[in-house]
Amino acid sequence: MIAMGGARLLVERNVRAYRRQWFVFASGFAEPLLYLLSIGIGVGELVGRIPGPGGELVTYREFVAPGMLAAAAMNGAILDTTFNFFVKLKYQGVYDAMLATPLRPFDIAAGEVSWSLLRGAAYSAAFLVAMLLFGLVHSWWAVLVVPAAVLIGFAFAGAGLGATTYMRSWTDFDLVSAALVPMFLFSGTFFPLSRYPGWFEWVVKATPLYQGVALERALVFGALDWTTPLHAAYLIALGLVGVRIASRRLATLLTA
Amino acid sequence: MLESLVDATGLTKRFGSFTAVSGIDFHVQPGEAFGMLGPNGAGKSSTMRMIGCVSPVTEGHLRILGMDPAVDGPAIRARIGSVPQEDTLDTEMSVWDNMVTYGRYFGISHALIRERADELLRFFQLIDRRDDKVDPLSGGMKRRLTVARALINQPEMVLLDEPTTGLDPQARHLLWERLYQLKRSGVTLVLTTHYMDEAEQLCDRLVIMDRGRIVAEGSPRELIDRHATREVVELRFASTEEQERSVPLLEPGSPRVESLTDRVLVYTSDGEAALGLLAEHALQPTSVLVRRSSLEDVFLLLTGRQLEE
Ligand SMILES: Nc1ncnc2c1ncn2[C@@H]1O[C@H](COP(=O)(O)OP(=O)(O)O)[C@@H](O)[C@H]1O
Ligand SMILES: [Mg+2]
Repeated sequence: MIAMGGARLLVERNVRAYRRQWFVFASGFAEPLLYLLSIGIGVGELVGRIPGPGGELVTYREFVAPGMLAAAAMNGAILDTTFNFFVKLKYQGVYDAMLATPLRPFDIAAGEVSWSLLRGAAYSAAFLVAMLLFGLVHSWWAVLVVPAAVLIGFAFAGAGLGATTYMRSWTDFDLVSAALVPMFLFSGTFFPLSRYPGWFEWVVKATPLYQGVALERALVFGALDWTTPLHAAYLIALGLVGVRIASRRLATLLTA
Repeated sequence: MLESLVDATGLTKRFGSFTAVSGIDFHVQPGEAFGMLGPNGAGKSSTMRMIGCVSPVTEGHLRILGMDPAVDGPAIRARIGSVPQEDTLDTEMSVWDNMVTYGRYFGISHALIRERADELLRFFQLIDRRDDKVDPLSGGMKRRLTVARALINQPEMVLLDEPTTGLDPQARHLLWERLYQLKRSGVTLVLTTHYMDEAEQLCDRLVIMDRGRIVAEGSPRELIDRHATREVVELRFASTEEQERSVPLLEPGSPRVESLTDRVLVYTSDGEAALGLLAEHALQPTSVLVRRSSLEDVFLLLTGRQLEE
C-alpha cells in the first residue's frame, strides 16, 4: 500500500510526540471506565431493567456499557482531529514542515485519521476487557466490538478533520461542543430511543453517534439484523467524505 | 553543459487579483549561491515557495531539477532542502526527535538518520542540546536546527528564506560561516534576504526584486559597478535650509545626488572633489562619510527607496 506509506510516517510522528505525554494518552482508558462505574453501576442500581436491542429486558449497566464504548471511540477521535489538529495546523506548523518533504496533503489527512482510530481502538479494546470482567458481554459477536469502534473512530476522525479545516478561530470550537454534548447525551447512549417523540427519534437516528451506539449494542447482545450493516456503511461513508474534504482543504490552506 | 537546477521563465504568482510575482525570469546553476534581495513584500517568499513546490505556479514556466513541480512535487521535494521564513520545528519534541521525525518523512532508514543527524547536529553546534525541547532554544539555535533538519536528506539544493532575519550578529555570523562551508562542499544555495551584507557575503549571483519584478541581476560586484558609482559621500547638515542649498552645488560634479530626509547621498567617482565644491561656498556639513558604494546604494538607485524602512 504505497498510498498509505506517508500516513504511516505521520502516525510514527504522533507516537514520538506522545511518548513524552503518555499520561494524556493513558487518561483515555480511564474516562469511559469511570463513566461505566458511576453511571452504569451507580445509577443502574436505581433504574432497574430496561428493554435491550432485541426487545428483552436487560440490566441498566448492560445497556449503557456499549454506549459508553461508542462514545469513548468518538471522543478519542474528536480530540485528536479537532483541537489537536487545529494547533498543529495553525500554530505549530507541523504540516507545513511535512509538505516541504515528499509527503502530500492526503498523507496528512489519512495519517491523522489512522492515528486517531488506532488510539480509539486501543481504548475500546481495553474497555471491552473491562466489560468482560464485569460480565457485560453476551455474544461471540463481541469480537467485532473493536473493529466497530474503529469504524466509529473513522467516521468521527474524518468528520472532525473536515470540519476543523473550516475553522478560523478558537470560538468556532464552541460549535464542536454544541454538536457533541447533545449527541453524547441523547444518542441512545444512556436510555432507549423509545423515550422520545417520533420526530425526535428520527433526528437522533441521523447522528453518527447513534449509528455507532446501535452497532456496538447489536454486537454486544448478539442482536444483529438488516440495519447492522447499514450502521457500518453510514460510518464508513462519513469517514471517507471527511478525509476527502480534509485533504482538499489542507491543500488549499497550506499550499496557497 | 550542466543543466540549471531552477529554470524560471515568466514565472507569475497571483493571490486573487493581487500579483505577488510578476513574470520573472531566472536560472540557478549547480553549485552556485543564488540570492534574491528585496524589501518586504517584494515577492521573495512567494517565489521560494513555488521553487519549493509548496505553492502552485499561477503562470509561466518553472522546472526544478529538470522536473515540473505541478507533476513531480514529491520527487522534487525529496531532493531539495527547505528552510522557510518562519521556523516550522516540531515544538512538542526534542532536538533529536525533530531530526529523526523529519528524516522519516523522507522515508530514510532509522540507522541512516541517526548517523546523519549526529553529524549535522555537531556541524551546527547543537549536539549538546540534542535531548532538549525545541521551545526554550534561542532564535539562532532554532534557525540552525531548521537548517540542519533541511539537510537530513542530503539535498542537492537548499532553499533558505531569510535565514538570518532577527538573529543577533554572532548568531548570524555563525550561520553564514556554516552556509559558506556548505556551499564549498558543492551544495547549491538559493536564499532570500533583505540584508545587503548577507547578500554580499554569501551570494555569487543575485537578483534584486521589487514589487514582484526583477529590477537587476548580477554578482554583487557587477551590480555595484553597473548601477552605482565608485564612492558615496554621506553628508548631514545642521539645518534643512543648508541641506537644500548644498544639493544644487553638488549636482554638477556627480552623476547622482539623493536628498533624503536626514542626509544627502552623493554618488561620485571622487568624494574629495565633491566635498571641495561645498567648501568653496563655505557650507559645513555636520558629518561627512566617504565610503565605497554597496548594494544598498544599488537598491536605492534602482527603486528610489531604501531597503530597510
Ligand atoms: N497567501 C497569500 N495570500 C495573499 N497575499 C499574499 C499571500 N502571500 C503573500 N502575499 C502577498 O504577496 C506579496 C509578496 O509577499 P512575499 O512573497 O511574502 O514577499 P517577501 O517575501 O518578499 O516579503 C505581499 O504583498 C504579500 O502580502
Ligand atoms: Mg518573505
